[in-house]
Amino acid sequence: MSDIDLKHIARLSRLHLTDEEIRYFQTQVAQILAFVDKLKEVDVKDVEPTSHPLALQNVFREDTVVPSLAIEEFLKKSPRARGRFFEVPKIIEDNA
Amino acid sequence: MELNQLTAYQLAELYQKNGCTQKDAVDSLKKAIETKDRDARQIHAYVTAENLSPRHRKAEKTSKPSLWGVPIAIKDNICVEGEEITCGSKILKGFVSPYNATVIEKLLNAGAIVLGRTNMDEFAFGSSCETSCYGPTRNPRDPERVPGGSSGGSAAAVADHTAIAALGSDTGGSIRQPAAFCGVVGMKPTYGRVSRYGLIAFASSLDQIGPITKDVRDNAMILNAIAGYDTKDSSSANVPVPDYMEFLGKSIKGMKIGKPKEYFAAGLGGETEKIINQSIDKLKSLGAEIVDVSLPHTSYSVNVYYIVAPSEASSNLARFDGVRFGFRDKSAKTLLEMYENSRGQGFGAEVKRRIILGTYSLSSGYYDAYYLKAMKVRTKIKDDFDQAFKKVDAIVTPTAPSPAFKLGEKTTNPLEMYLSDIYTISANLAGVPAISLPCGLASKLPIGIQFMGKPFDEGNLYKLAHAFEQAK
Amino acid sequence: MTMIPTIGLEVHVQLKSKTKIFCGCELKFASPPNSQVCPVCLGLPGVLPVLNQEVFNLGLRAVLAMNGTVSKKIKFDRKNYYYPDLPKGYQISQFDCPLGQGGFIELASRKKVKLNRAHLEEDAGKLIHDQSPDSSLVDLNRAGTPLLEIVSEPEIDSPEEAYEYLTNLKAILKSVGVSECDMEKGHLRCDANVSVRKNTSDKLGRRVEIKNLNSFKAVKAAIEHEIKRQSEAVNAGQIIAQETRLWDDAREKTFTMRSKEEAHDYRYFPEPDLVPFSVAEEVIEAARKALPELPKAKRERFIKEYGLSEYDAVLLTGEIGIAQFFESTVKLNSNFKAVANWMTGPVFAYLGENNKNIEETKLSPALLIGILNLVQENKVSLQAAKEKIFPDVIAQGREAKEVMKEKGLEQVSDDSAIEGWIQEAIQANPKVVQDYKSGKETAAMFLVGQTMKKSQGKANPGKVLELMKKALNAHA
Repeated sequence: MSDIDLKHIARLSRLHLTDEEIRYFQTQVAQILAFVDKLKEVDVKDVEPTSHPLALQNVFREDTVVPSLAIEEFLKKSPRARGRFFEVPKIIEDNA
Repeated sequence: MELNQLTAYQLAELYQKNGCTQKDAVDSLKKAIETKDRDARQIHAYVTAENLSPRHRKAEKTSKPSLWGVPIAIKDNICVEGEEITCGSKILKGFVSPYNATVIEKLLNAGAIVLGRTNMDEFAFGSSCETSCYGPTRNPRDPERVPGGSSGGSAAAVADHTAIAALGSDTGGSIRQPAAFCGVVGMKPTYGRVSRYGLIAFASSLDQIGPITKDVRDNAMILNAIAGYDTKDSSSANVPVPDYMEFLGKSIKGMKIGKPKEYFAAGLGGETEKIINQSIDKLKSLGAEIVDVSLPHTSYSVNVYYIVAPSEASSNLARFDGVRFGFRDKSAKTLLEMYENSRGQGFGAEVKRRIILGTYSLSSGYYDAYYLKAMKVRTKIKDDFDQAFKKVDAIVTPTAPSPAFKLGEKTTNPLEMYLSDIYTISANLAGVPAISLPCGLASKLPIGIQFMGKPFDEGNLYKLAHAFEQAK
Repeated sequence: MTMIPTIGLEVHVQLKSKTKIFCGCELKFASPPNSQVCPVCLGLPGVLPVLNQEVFNLGLRAVLAMNGTVSKKIKFDRKNYYYPDLPKGYQISQFDCPLGQGGFIELASRKKVKLNRAHLEEDAGKLIHDQSPDSSLVDLNRAGTPLLEIVSEPEIDSPEEAYEYLTNLKAILKSVGVSECDMEKGHLRCDANVSVRKNTSDKLGRRVEIKNLNSFKAVKAAIEHEIKRQSEAVNAGQIIAQETRLWDDAREKTFTMRSKEEAHDYRYFPEPDLVPFSVAEEVIEAARKALPELPKAKRERFIKEYGLSEYDAVLLTGEIGIAQFFESTVKLNSNFKAVANWMTGPVFAYLGENNKNIEETKLSPALLIGILNLVQENKVSLQAAKEKIFPDVIAQGREAKEVMKEKGLEQVSDDSAIEGWIQEAIQANPKVVQDYKSGKETAAMFLVGQTMKKSQGKANPGKVLELMKKALNAHA
């Protein structure tokens, strides 16, 4: 349990962690996982997992048009925009 | 008495008699917030105490007391159109919601006034209201102590009379535990009873919005307004909403109340246990029948919760990526830097910890051992409740193992902090409704008692809670 | 050494609902950037998805049309990864309980290419890289577009089979009305998985995934190229890397995609914001019965009912619009062969040249019959009908008769008028007349042609020939 690849998990989560944070989380996450390991005691053979507390099914919406958002206003408060687009640092195209 | 000190129902009665105007009520609350929220006690129930702009809609005045004209404070994770919403996080700074949550629509349509945003643990991850980017909220009953969390701001505001009533959200106890710590009433409705549309998700299969109020009657009155099916939320239930006010003032004679032995095992604090047992005696004296029940898998609740909640949260929080709204590290040169720095700088320690935990639980090679296993144990926890509710109408437990603890007391040990939700978490896992209300004082600090009910049986919980509250 | 290829195809089809899969934004092609977006498809905090019933129904119909089984339990899952065109940081897709399972697409050889599964998912937005030197731009109009991903088993043996599979799949999807299948609008996108093995071995080679295939032709060419590349590598003793390659249409080559910094770990888990779905057996049966005629059945019926050749039947059933047009037309005039000829000839030529669907032209069955009748009644020559009348009818939606009159194309069968043109032709070509007289029979045909020219194509050609012979013989 103590050998969680925290750098890999942080990368998957797109979280920059300082070395100190990595050390700090390493211990804490290991502790929490050890605590959670108690679940191993429970026999869950033939038990269905519960993803929803309610047994709802077949919830749909009608195929009707709802007006779209006025993007110009929204883009004013966006971190970076150009014209009608959101803007991000250049992505190097894969087939370049 | 100042208007801010009234309950919602009392204010509504005053409107019926034309005893005051909506403006009087709003002014009284604004003044209370401005003067009390940032006084020497530093309660800090609101994310900001300045320039509060009430939102309301023209609505026909009702012929009997209702939410018409009643100001309600909103936890900072429920979207109000045109207002900044942060979830207590730096990463959302600057984000103004372009839409209203369904509960806000319902409140406005009922004529209520939406006023002020209450502080919370960052993204509702916490039990003490200490992790907000705005700083901690303090408990009005003892400012050295936490108000509980994550809806600590809502509970503190109601307890401090800087709010008439408030909305909170509850994923593992985030309405009930702060209500208990602050000595007010908090209801987590059945999963699916209240629409989650517009509630910034923490753990989608656990989250519910609910009222935090000064008394049980106010609580029922607000749930009346916000409950019901919503076409925008697939997980909301198409089950009729009764008039919860109809359940008040009724006798609980013959009501069967389960006392789960696992909740009264060793570990419950001495004084809390004493007060809870006295409360159970009170229920008996009101004619209720106390029945021993067992919830054998309840001891695994916290374990299950700390897999399910962080897993869902790790995915729910992926949208905070600095691309479209909120905080971005503008110095980032590459896409990866933009993601990692914006999220690394934008999220606080507890949020990062849970994202890491959740990502790990879902990652390749661990899914079956953690997430899938937890979802299966969740089924067993739910089955326990189904079995118990075949025998009883409601279940009684403490809300929290102890009264409010001191600021900083548990911040260094996350596991200990997590255990303060030990009595509340199972209701979220099973999806059942649960209410917390004050039942006594331990060294001047409020203790909360929790009643859990059958799915969609909030009415009987209000009946029980109201009878308990009214009995001297 | 001979290498045996194994090919599997993954096709993403855009379903033709009015609105997106999980929100009410309209699906409009070529709208201004970020104009078809709302809090839900922008992935704003607090929003929730709700499944579009029409999308589900279209997907169900597609599954049945492909001979698939509708799953007993259907649920959605989150596929987690970060990219700026994916607003929520996860794609709502289906992992272990897809909408449909199994099924097959039949080829002309009677081979049935089995399908693995068909699942519903949301499309991502678009990234634009060429408008700014230091940034990429994000347009989320496409985010949330409903897709059905159809995954074949690796049972396709050649580039030609892949092409036919796609053509047949497209025809099926169009015929049951689940998608417009417009390649240019990206309604149909395809990835190919290709591996090769030595003919002496049963062991499948490593799989290479090819992306960026923008047309069926590109799919075929890319697979051809990839088989060649892999075969050469294996024969040279190299090991094929399991990788994703991109097809470069201009250079007609595949290229290695720059490897990502990390292996993908999508962390699939059940989407808690959507509930599970299931379809009752009766509903499935009703949907199956309500399926429109599939291309293969239609082709066979066209051959039997209208006496068409296999070739014509294939052409006329490839597109549902064409098949419907044909059937409406033959209701008005039962000369099946003539209608078929008009459609596969001038109509197809016009559609091809103008890159249009038949629905986008002004031609109607009644208008086409108008032309056909003029020819049948000998009021106009076939040539004039095709060259002078048809273009105006299809482009302007005018009546054939009206065009004929305006252009003065009415065929002339009147003896005296024709004799006049014949005399003109004879007088203008004394040498040819001489040739005829000296026994060169074909010279008469030249004079007939000249007569037709003088009449501006209006003379009845049969009548001209008859009268020409008379005139030449009298001349003698």
